[in-house]
Amino acid sequence: MTQPMIVFEDVGKSFILHLREGITLPVIAHASLSVGAGECVVLGGASGSGKSSLLKMAYGNYRCAQGAIRVRDGERVVDVARAEPREILDLRRRVVSYVSQFLRVIPRVGTRAVVEAAGIEGGLATEAARTRAADLLARLGLPERLWDLPPATFSGGEQQRVNIARGLIAERPLLLLDEPTASLDAQNRAVVVELINERRKAGAAILGIFHDADVRDAVATHVVDVAGFRAKFAAGHGAAGEAAA
Amino acid sequence: MSQAPLLRAEGLTKRYGARLACDGVGFDLHPGEVLAVVGESGSGKSTLLGLIAGETAADGGSVSYRMRDGTVRDLAELGAAERRALMRTDWGFVRQDAAQGLRMSVSAGGNVGERLMGVGARHYAEIRAAALDWLARVEIAADRIDDPPTRFSGGMRQRLQIARNLVTAPRLVLMDEPTSGLDVSVQARLLDTIRGLVAELGLAVLIVTHDLAVARLLSHRILVMRGGRVIETGLTDQVLDDPQAAYTQLLVSSVLAA
Repeated sequence: MTQPMIVFEDVGKSFILHLREGITLPVIAHASLSVGAGECVVLGGASGSGKSSLLKMAYGNYRCAQGAIRVRDGERVVDVARAEPREILDLRRRVVSYVSQFLRVIPRVGTRAVVEAAGIEGGLATEAARTRAADLLARLGLPERLWDLPPATFSGGEQQRVNIARGLIAERPLLLLDEPTASLDAQNRAVVVELINERRKAGAAILGIFHDADVRDAVATHVVDVAGFRAKFAAGHGAAGEAAA
Repeated sequence: MSQAPLLRAEGLTKRYGARLACDGVGFDLHPGEVLAVVGESGSGKSTLLGLIAGETAADGGSVSYRMRDGTVRDLAELGAAERRALMRTDWGFVRQDAAQGLRMSVSAGGNVGERLMGVGARHYAEIRAAALDWLARVEIAADRIDDPPTRFSGGMRQRLQIARNLVTAPRLVLMDEPTSGLDVSVQARLLDTIRGLVAELGLAVLIVTHDLAVARLLSHRILVMRGGRVIETGLTDQVLDDPQAAYTQLLVSSVLAA
């Protein structure tokens, strides 16, 4: 078997809240898992069990205090937990895509331009980015009359589809998906499932969180329950831990 | 990944009387990288920019820069003429107050053309064509080319400053609060222009801002300053989403969400 695209080795994370007398919120501990090319591993477990935190650590969005997160970059392997910011940015350009539930973009920029820009950042030529942006938006059922409008005024589901288009326009070998279908209707969920499966069959490694059982069943090659990794919360910290995770 | 940085600051220190405005600040800046320096008033972020630009004399530390010919030079050791040449060609400086970055009595076209003439351009038609091209790139209408910036709105003045600075194809641009003082509706478009140009031209940018949202949208890395010291540094989204230092946690949690 070839080397996995991403390996979590005994990963642990807690938040220290300095503004709250420095209390420590353990989020996850001893998390170990791996995802290979052509696999889609879905993280299972209750809300607040640290699933999102794992994805954020893999993307370098959260710091990883314990353990290692090894991402394969061609012949090289980069430990995201120890990498320099520049190395992480380089991975984000070429190797790893992250799609969250929330769209965060410069206000007043048109939807198609937002998606296109993500393609160009991911190394596509301007023309190719333009074509692919249009293809993706069309496939995701976003009416063409909306393409020149900034997504800020769109519904939650529309924004989420813009976000998916942005995350998928550049074809990177590792995809991190944090509930990308959370506010989509059944028809749009089906399109997203199709897109995810296409990527996987083309050889991408996918690590995701999907709330809907139907989506999970349709995309997962493995399910990993993070409850087993979960740090033991001190009594009374459960609710705060949920908010932070 | 192992390429030498474009700019390296080491141990930069500046005292004003007993007060340390900048206390041993260092960082590397690589080509194509946008580094935001954030902090509140009095944090030392503007002093730092002045030290980098050579407008403020440092009491300690050094700034080195990889010149176009590949040699790395300590900026303190450049002669006055060399230093001016560097500022006019390979560096840009977009200031918060456009009146400091522009010549207010000279036409928009003249403001852009002047930088080109500074690097030896003499052909009037070519200079005017380059000015027109740059005005278009920052979305200033061609028919405003003969108007002086005194007749421009705040947002247009900032756009003109950007055109003036970028016309000589610099590799490093310093920005001091480029969007503050503008109406928010104008800010967003300016941010989009800056982000597009920075990505397209592969510029290295050192941007000072008190606005964490601006830092998030424009920068790759962030340096949080307080009392002249670097409190925390790292990937922009990591520092803003998972701040480690108590002060950064306070800053991030104090931002009003609209």
